[in-house]
Amino acid sequence: MDAKTGFFYLFSVVLLFAAFRVVTARNPVHAVLYLMLAFSQASAVWLLLKAEFLAIVLVLVYLGAVMVLFLFVVMMLDLNVDHLRQNFWKHFPLAALVGVVIALEMAYVLMGGFRLQTSAADAVAATSQVSNTKALGLLLYSEYVYPVQVAAVILVVAMIAAIALTLRRRKDTRYVDVKDQIHVKARDRLQVVKVAPTQAPQPAAPAAEGESK
Amino acid sequence: MTLTLGHYLSLGAILFALAVIGIFLNRKNLIVLLMCIELMLLAVNMNFVAFSSYLGDMHGQIFVFFILTVAAAESAIGLALLVLLFRNKSTINVDELDALKG
Repeated sequence: MDAKTGFFYLFSVVLLFAAFRVVTARNPVHAVLYLMLAFSQASAVWLLLKAEFLAIVLVLVYLGAVMVLFLFVVMMLDLNVDHLRQNFWKHFPLAALVGVVIALEMAYVLMGGFRLQTSAADAVAATSQVSNTKALGLLLYSEYVYPVQVAAVILVVAMIAAIALTLRRRKDTRYVDVKDQIHVKARDRLQVVKVAPTQAPQPAAPAAEGESK
Repeated sequence: MTLTLGHYLSLGAILFALAVIGIFLNRKNLIVLLMCIELMLLAVNMNFVAFSSYLGDMHGQIFVFFILTVAAAESAIGLALLVLLFRNKSTINVDELDALKG
């Protein structure tokens, strides 16, 4: 058993333990933290598979952005955990049965049918001078240009949707309506009154009479 | 004993099974359900990366790249919906979301 195998088993055990704690943790904040641990271990496994770029992207994008988003949301919500965990273990036997069946079936097929031992990535890495990141970039920006654009549009749509869904205008605050402010004309705000220059004083009597009425 | 492709695929399978168990257990807690979906996507990505590495084909890693993009968008919108739901109903219990009488 070489070092790579040992590391694989180490990362796998931590990954599966973290995944198990994600689904059983009492506190949702702990669940998110265990999920971050699981993703970091998965990124380590991907490093063993010589997918360096995706491993780094998983840490930067997933741990750095998405999981922090999860953490913020979990911390913002005031959850009644006890209420949500009523009958938590009630369906565990059924769930465990389904899970074990899935895992065993897949492991039986996979361990039986996929005994590829020589990683082709090793051979590719040995012959080519191009790093994983560069190879990925060469494919991404030549053959997959159109899908990259579509992915960018999806991200923009997601961003706009998330903002539009959660944006809330408070009714008790005063705010400036920019549209009205731009469309205002000078004559709406300013009235020029023709005022005659200094006039000769009129006889004061009619004015005083008018006031007294 | 060297690592075969089957080892990585089995790891993905066990991870997927754990996520399925999590969906069974946390059927009331919407936010943990979202986390279980993330775990499932991770298991799928693990399989893609393993095949890509062992078959020497970079297209699998490209696919993982796009799955990560879509998963990020999905979780952003999902969390926004969750916040909206909590604001309106003050709960994220799936059992209480019966406004449509389904």
